[in-house]
Amino acid sequence: MAIRAESEMHQRRFGRNIGVALCLVGFCAILFGLTVAKVRQGASMEAFDHAPRVSITPPVEESE
Amino acid sequence: MTDATANLAAAKAEPAGPQEAGFGDYVQLLKPRVMSLVVFTAFAGLMVAPGSQPWFIYFCAVLFIAIGGGASGALNMWYDADIDRLMKRTSTRPIPSGRVTEGEAFGLGLALSFMSVAMLGLATNWVAAGILAFTIFFYVVIYTMWLKRATPQNIVIGGAAGAFPPMIGWAAVTGGVSIESVLMFGLIFMWTPPHFWALALFMKSDYHKANVPMLTVTHGRAATRRHIWVYTLLLAPLAMVLGFTSIGGPVYVAAALVLNAIFLKGAWDIYKRDETMAEADAYAVEKKFFRFSLYYLFLLFMALMADVALRQAGFAIGSW
Repeated sequence: MAIRAESEMHQRRFGRNIGVALCLVGFCAILFGLTVAKVRQGASMEAFDHAPRVSITPPVEESE
Repeated sequence: MTDATANLAAAKAEPAGPQEAGFGDYVQLLKPRVMSLVVFTAFAGLMVAPGSQPWFIYFCAVLFIAIGGGASGALNMWYDADIDRLMKRTSTRPIPSGRVTEGEAFGLGLALSFMSVAMLGLATNWVAAGILAFTIFFYVVIYTMWLKRATPQNIVIGGAAGAFPPMIGWAAVTGGVSIESVLMFGLIFMWTPPHFWALALFMKSDYHKANVPMLTVTHGRAATRRHIWVYTLLLAPLAMVLGFTSIGGPVYVAAALVLNAIFLKGAWDIYKRDETMAEADAYAVEKKFFRFSLYYLFLLFMALMADVALRQAGFAIGSW
């Protein structure tokens, strides 16, 4: 015989589980969105990657 | 019959009732109605602050400030479970009704406190996160654990915790504190006592049962009426001053003038009444004053945001 959860207690538990699941999914979405927003802002991250980059090195004056 | 079906049968025979918490009970622990004020004032603080951030950062800032506020509400319910059981108004809350255990509320409150502070710091800056952490500490430790049960001025002190959100919103954008954010704090801080005491006058709660020293009980209703008048008198100039800072403008000043006049008139009417008059018309003046106090704060912050929107649209008037 299949076990069926029909009582109000099980409905509440199911609702709780769905709620927690939605919260977790929402939290993941927020982390993703924040990452995208922060990466797009970008400017402050430049020069902290420990790699030489022409775009951020001071211009060199040519001498004769 | 297997154990599982036996358990199901037992569950059917004996309804779980209040013993089994639904998701809504945990939401209720976060005091959603208080959260709505936090969301609105934090949003206003973000909007009027100079500077700009991506919209998603604004959304996250409001969300984490609201969660921080909710977390302090859960910790408040955890600590106050003993007195909540004694008072009719609070006896149906999740802990006194037995649906959520005290330990669960404490765990939820603590976890959400740390999460909201850390996430606000990562999303915006650590000044905003620091103020949020202090707000939670202030509400839970200074207000709930200490002063709520010790002084009839508890509402005044508790109001400070509710006044921080616009300051946090401002700090989330600017990374600091300024006269404008302090004045927004002051506005809500001074608004809370007349707002709450007006409610206390017509919502006769059983605080005496729980030994909570509410002003209406410790000093009487006449003293409460006097306090409403005095705090409203102090609030009015504070609300006006905000209009002459960098975030004020003609819309705010005009709104503050009108709203202050109505609010002062309401507070004066309450001050001039006694209990016999109030009971005769079923506290009509007090109820009207309480309802108006909600509009007062809402409209003032809306006016601040309107002025900022007008300035951004290029409709600046004079030095404003």
